[in-house]
Amino acid sequence: MNRHLISAADLSREDAVRVLDTADELARISDRPIKKLPTLRGRTVVNLFFEDSTRTRISFEAAAKRLSADVINFSAKGSSVGKGESLKDTALTLEAMGADAVVIRHSASGAPHRLAEWVRGSVINAGDGAHEHPTQALLDAFTIRRRFGRSSGAEPGAAAGKPGGGLDGLRVTIVGDILHSRVARSNVLLLHLLGAEVLLVAPPTLLPVAVDAWPCSIGYDLDAALPKSDVVMMLRIQQERMNAAYFPSVREYSRRYGLDAARMGQLPERAIVMHPGPMNRGIEIAAGVADSPRSTVVEQVANGVSVRMAVLYLLLGGAEAGQ
Amino acid sequence: MPRAHSAAGGPGESVAAPGAGKTVLEQAEISRMLTRIAHEIIERTQGAERVVLLGIPTRGVPLAARLAAGIEQVEGRAVPHGSLDITMYRDDLRLRPARALGRTQVPPDGIDGQLVVLVDDVLYSGRTVRAALDALNDLGRPRAVQLAVLVDRGHRELPIRPDYVGKNLPTSQQEQVRVLLTEVDGEDAVRLRVAR
Repeated sequence: MNRHLISAADLSREDAVRVLDTADELARISDRPIKKLPTLRGRTVVNLFFEDSTRTRISFEAAAKRLSADVINFSAKGSSVGKGESLKDTALTLEAMGADAVVIRHSASGAPHRLAEWVRGSVINAGDGAHEHPTQALLDAFTIRRRFGRSSGAEPGAAAGKPGGGLDGLRVTIVGDILHSRVARSNVLLLHLLGAEVLLVAPPTLLPVAVDAWPCSIGYDLDAALPKSDVVMMLRIQQERMNAAYFPSVREYSRRYGLDAARMGQLPERAIVMHPGPMNRGIEIAAGVADSPRSTVVEQVANGVSVRMAVLYLLLGGAEAGQ
Repeated sequence: MPRAHSAAGGPGESVAAPGAGKTVLEQAEISRMLTRIAHEIIERTQGAERVVLLGIPTRGVPLAARLAAGIEQVEGRAVPHGSLDITMYRDDLRLRPARALGRTQVPPDGIDGQLVVLVDDVLYSGRTVRAALDALNDLGRPRAVQLAVLVDRGHRELPIRPDYVGKNLPTSQQEQVRVLLTEVDGEDAVRLRVAR
């Protein structure tokens, strides 16, 4: 694996499967009386959050603590932190504190990439603007793999340490605000890498400009896509990033692209419904759908800790590459 | 107890494929040793009651399963067995790139108050066993811990000794001991070769 995790494109298929396999084993420690491993003792992980986040920050903090790392939380909310030089100053501070890993969330695409040039530790992108959110994609892939029984631990007799598979042949439909979504971009790259067929469904105004270069297909009709989907992933309408009228009204959007109980009925029997959260209940997803047994929303949060533990372990647990 | 085991009659000097090394133990000998260790465990634990066998991945796991089956044959009672991965507890993690994890599978009744027999293929520096003791500590509190190994090759770096040994195999540190098991490698054998 590379030293940093900035984009899902940093991963090879082998790396990605390794993260998922490692997460599979780490998920088991949540059933144990002592939910802690000594592996990253003496290592420092800094959570550098320039943007609001609940689940990602808590998830990274829990993951680092379960591996016995020291965690420093830095929240730039309220301060007048600009871009460019002040990010550099922050980086120099982190350098002086001896951070072994920096988990960064920033509103500017490319901030983690820039940070990686300034610090010696590993940089993990926890969401940069509308660019990428690779650990979210990994936890989504992990959730899909578990639900469809392709993990190494899926069959009771499976040999320990035997690598699990990818997501070959599964059809994943990602619906909604693709334009503002870093989750969508990371997921398209990663799910494609793992062998899934990805279909994006959105109003044309909510698709990014160069989307035809992404390794996926594009559609505009949700009702046509649902019967052919094993997984449907609903994205949040990011009203806080919308500076123009992308659709006539929320109600119309919800009618055409929201997942309600009737639409869920069109899905094949085994299909699952995912949402990276936070949800706008009643807009992109109906409350009944979000709380149905097909929904993996709560599972995704739990799996997030295991997957982030796996990423921290694989980036920090061994010797540095080339050492 | 560590004791010398003579490989009487075994064609222990036969050389297999080039580079594979010298075969020092063959299937029949390995099977006899495991039968003997199973009996020793029964004897030393007064009937193997409240005993849990935990194999250390990779090859300790099938060995633990075979010992459990051996004990069951004699006592007519199933002995819980499982696996204990020690990767996250190693003291040399920072010396090599991050390793893949093995599986930890503890029998449903846990290990509290049980006598845990750790099972591994080769005992060398003792560092694996030290890590296993730490890992065990996070899983519960056994009433005692014992150690069974198929091959003890010497060169201990920590104050650790085995309770049950298949064979003491004097080696030099330049040599490599490889244990092959049918469940993992398709055949049973122990090979010795000089590392290049």
